[in-house]
Amino acid sequence: MSMTTVAPPSPRATPAKPAGPPRRRGPRMLLQAFLIVVSVAWLFPLAWAVINSFRNYSYTTQHGYLSFGGFTFQNYVNAWERGNFGQGFLNSLIITVPAVVLVLLLASCTAFVLARFNYAFNLTLLGVFLAANLLPPQALLIPIFRLYRQIPLPEWMSDSGSLLGSYWGLILINVAFQLGFCTFVLSNYMKTVPKEIYESAEIDGASVWRQYWQLTLPLCRPALAALAVLQTTWVYNEFFWATVLIQDFKKLPITSSLNNLRGQFFVDYNLLSAGSVLVALPVLVVFFALQKQFVSGLTLGSTKG
Amino acid sequence: MTSKLRAPGRSIPRTRRQRKLAPRDRVVVTAMVVIPALFVIGLVWLPAISSVLLSFTSWNGIGSLDKIKFVGVQNYVDIATIYPPFWPAVQHNIIWLVFLILGPTLLGIFLAVLLDKEVRGTRIYQTVLYMPVVLSLALVGFIWQLLYSRDQGLLNAVLHTQIDWYGDPNVNLWAVLVATGWRHTGYIMLLYLAGLKGVDPSLREAAAIDGSGEVSTFFRIILPVMRPINLIIIVVVVIESLRAFDLVWIVNQGRNGLEIIAALVTSNVVGEASRIGFGSAMATIMLLISSVFITIYLRVVMKEDKS
Repeated sequence: MSMTTVAPPSPRATPAKPAGPPRRRGPRMLLQAFLIVVSVAWLFPLAWAVINSFRNYSYTTQHGYLSFGGFTFQNYVNAWERGNFGQGFLNSLIITVPAVVLVLLLASCTAFVLARFNYAFNLTLLGVFLAANLLPPQALLIPIFRLYRQIPLPEWMSDSGSLLGSYWGLILINVAFQLGFCTFVLSNYMKTVPKEIYESAEIDGASVWRQYWQLTLPLCRPALAALAVLQTTWVYNEFFWATVLIQDFKKLPITSSLNNLRGQFFVDYNLLSAGSVLVALPVLVVFFALQKQFVSGLTLGSTKG
Repeated sequence: MTSKLRAPGRSIPRTRRQRKLAPRDRVVVTAMVVIPALFVIGLVWLPAISSVLLSFTSWNGIGSLDKIKFVGVQNYVDIATIYPPFWPAVQHNIIWLVFLILGPTLLGIFLAVLLDKEVRGTRIYQTVLYMPVVLSLALVGFIWQLLYSRDQGLLNAVLHTQIDWYGDPNVNLWAVLVATGWRHTGYIMLLYLAGLKGVDPSLREAAAIDGSGEVSTFFRIILPVMRPINLIIIVVVVIESLRAFDLVWIVNQGRNGLEIIAALVTSNVVGEASRIGFGSAMATIMLLISSVFITIYLRVVMKEDKS
């Protein structure tokens, strides 16, 4: 309330409302009411899952879901055991961490060259990278499927004997698909590094690799952090490639194993809720802890920070 | 932004700098471009081209490559004439697109405009609205199942109905679209909000001094300035509608009222009967449509890059 009546706000703080006609309270209240209604509606589906994940199945079957009571923690214990969650999370970790590290490393290399030098092919290269990021993955499925089956892997790398059905194959395709976006964001960011820094580094005899590794990368920490957060959620959430490339249920990352969970949990929706909350938990924790990085990562691509 | 600093006299520093590169540096620079490019070209572009080539052949996908037979446009003719799920799928993808634009996209833009003002608690509202964006669409499908289920879902309990929202082919597309919209709205809001923050405040001040109302300021001044973002949002929505897959796959693998192109391609490859030429022809159609919009996208972001 105080915002609307007291003290003339500085022009910077409220660019939308410079000293114009006096503010009316009615529309403000209406606006707040509308936003509250929308927010509650938006929170509801997830809140509903959380609430029911803590309720006893036989209680809700008997009294209906609109009742109150029958609270328990048992669903989580059961879901964890029957849904093979430990293995699922481990698989997600095995795929996500190397994929994100590799994407950021490779993307920052190309981005550095794009930002540091003015080659004739720069624009084309960026276009090729960026467009790849937007192609529908389903359109590449057939050749990738066939290619992966053709490439043999030794037993210690994959028990399936080929790239198909291995963690490696999944990591590689995730990297290939995310490279374009990351390269684009990072090269834009790196272009803000003043050229003079490189010139003095050159005079000191620093090689190109040292300029990249010791000058540019440390300066790009904010962009790298934002992209790391974003890419972690994206690779963790990736569903399509894992579903089609991994046949062995035990090797599925957690997001793709959801499909099998439904069969496992049959009609027990409270168990299903607990499973959903468990899968959502890592990304929600990341989201609330690193919200700033998440948002800036997502918007860097479209607006150039 | 900073590329402005470099734009004038571009050719002079280029020649100077390139001559200076030591042989070892040249190797490093080459590797820094070639290795990532191998990923993108080898795992994205070559497969994409292969899909196009395969679409003109007949092949069961199992036999060796010399079993591939060139059949011209036969696959395309077959898809259009004797493949029943194709036209429903096209129709569903179009409904998907129209729904996303008229519903969640416009709502997201509207919310972004509202939240861009200094509303009390704007950060909280923003957080709530884009929270679903961090969840995977597969998980979104799961979460909404708790509302949609025929026997145990909340919706039927409240409405006293017995509708199988995910199963009934008359309603399941809409049920899935609402669930998608839940996530999509926050995403668009986030993109648009970032764009609005970049609008020069003096533009609005000038409009206010001219006595322009808020609504007319938005349509006459803000919207035209936001043209790049508007275009990007359109491209994002088209691509998302074309790539729609996860949610539908988790519900019923794209059958029974939920046919969409991406799911058809997938089931033609991983399903029992793998019809490679068929699937490739549909993949090529996806590639064609997306390439139009990718071109628009590239033109927008690259143009911004140069100016």
